[in-house]
Amino acid sequence: MEWLTAGRWSPYLVGLGIGLLSCLTFLLSDKALGCTTAYDRTSGMIERLFRGRKALDRPYFQKFPPEVDWQWMLVAGIVIGSFLSSTLSGQWRLQWVPPVWAAAHGTSVGLRLAVATAGGVLMGLGSRWADGCTSGHGISGTLQLAVSGWLATAGFFAGGVVTAFLLY
Amino acid sequence: MLDRLHTAKGAQRTLGLAAGIAFGFLLQKGGATDYGVIMGQLLLTDFTVVKIMVSAVITGMLGVHLLRSLGFARLHPKQGSLGSSALGGLIFGVGFGLLGYCPGTAAGAVGEGRLDALFGGVVGILLGAWIFAALFPRLRRSILNWCDFGEMTFPELLRTGAWNVVIPAALLLAGFLLLLERTGL
Repeated sequence: MEWLTAGRWSPYLVGLGIGLLSCLTFLLSDKALGCTTAYDRTSGMIERLFRGRKALDRPYFQKFPPEVDWQWMLVAGIVIGSFLSSTLSGQWRLQWVPPVWAAAHGTSVGLRLAVATAGGVLMGLGSRWADGCTSGHGISGTLQLAVSGWLATAGFFAGGVVTAFLLY
Repeated sequence: MLDRLHTAKGAQRTLGLAAGIAFGFLLQKGGATDYGVIMGQLLLTDFTVVKIMVSAVITGMLGVHLLRSLGFARLHPKQGSLGSSALGGLIFGVGFGLLGYCPGTAAGAVGEGRLDALFGGVVGILLGAWIFAALFPRLRRSILNWCDFGEMTFPELLRTGAWNVVIPAALLLAGFLLLLERTGL
């Protein structure tokens, strides 16, 4: 069982696995892998905690009601799967600032969290704006040969590469 | 039989959890939950993320179209427009560069103990998704519909059978992976 405790698998093997997993979700759940609708539903659940049922009046939450569905469980499962994998390989550990960031921008936790949060807000906004993320468009959209998937994925990497080069 | 499974909400939540555990396991084993690996991709020095994505797309494209041809699966291409897919994609991309995780890999990064993925990433994405929900009534009548092309796929655009695009696309993507290996990236 050494493969389970290995720190890293070949990217091609991992890609093959994700591709086969996509086939299974189409077959068994009639769904494509995707992650961000779950974030949108969760934001609606949080707003409902503060504003009660009035939060449900938002047209977007009528389109995607704040409830736990297949995809919400998928995202919860990702946390568990990664926890299992990193524990098996001994890579699990709490970390505030990634080493690559620290080498270029210092070890300040506040700075890293501020930039990460700003990035997260733009990502959350952009993923709903484009109706998908690196999973929903980048893998599922492109494998279905959807025009929206290829166009959005080009945008993800164009924006990401330019931002990364400005940052480093 | 499968149609009944597709609409069974409880069973689907269990299947979603199982698929998520497999997905998270694979992402972590591939290194895609590592900030350094993702930034290496965006800085074009480490092509691990692209290798994972392209081999997933080749496998999934062949498999899902095969299931569809055999009558076991339906496609669900998302609706798109220049205003939505391209502009939204760019906004996402800027966030991608700043955060260094995407919504799925941020969840995976939280699972392996990365706190910037939780307090920066997950919290930020939730806030961003909520801001979009608040702006949606105004956006949907304007920019999101700019140059709308609907649920278009490339085989439909080219007015040809799906396999006439699937096979050449799979070969091109495989050639791209081969090129990456040859150049040592």
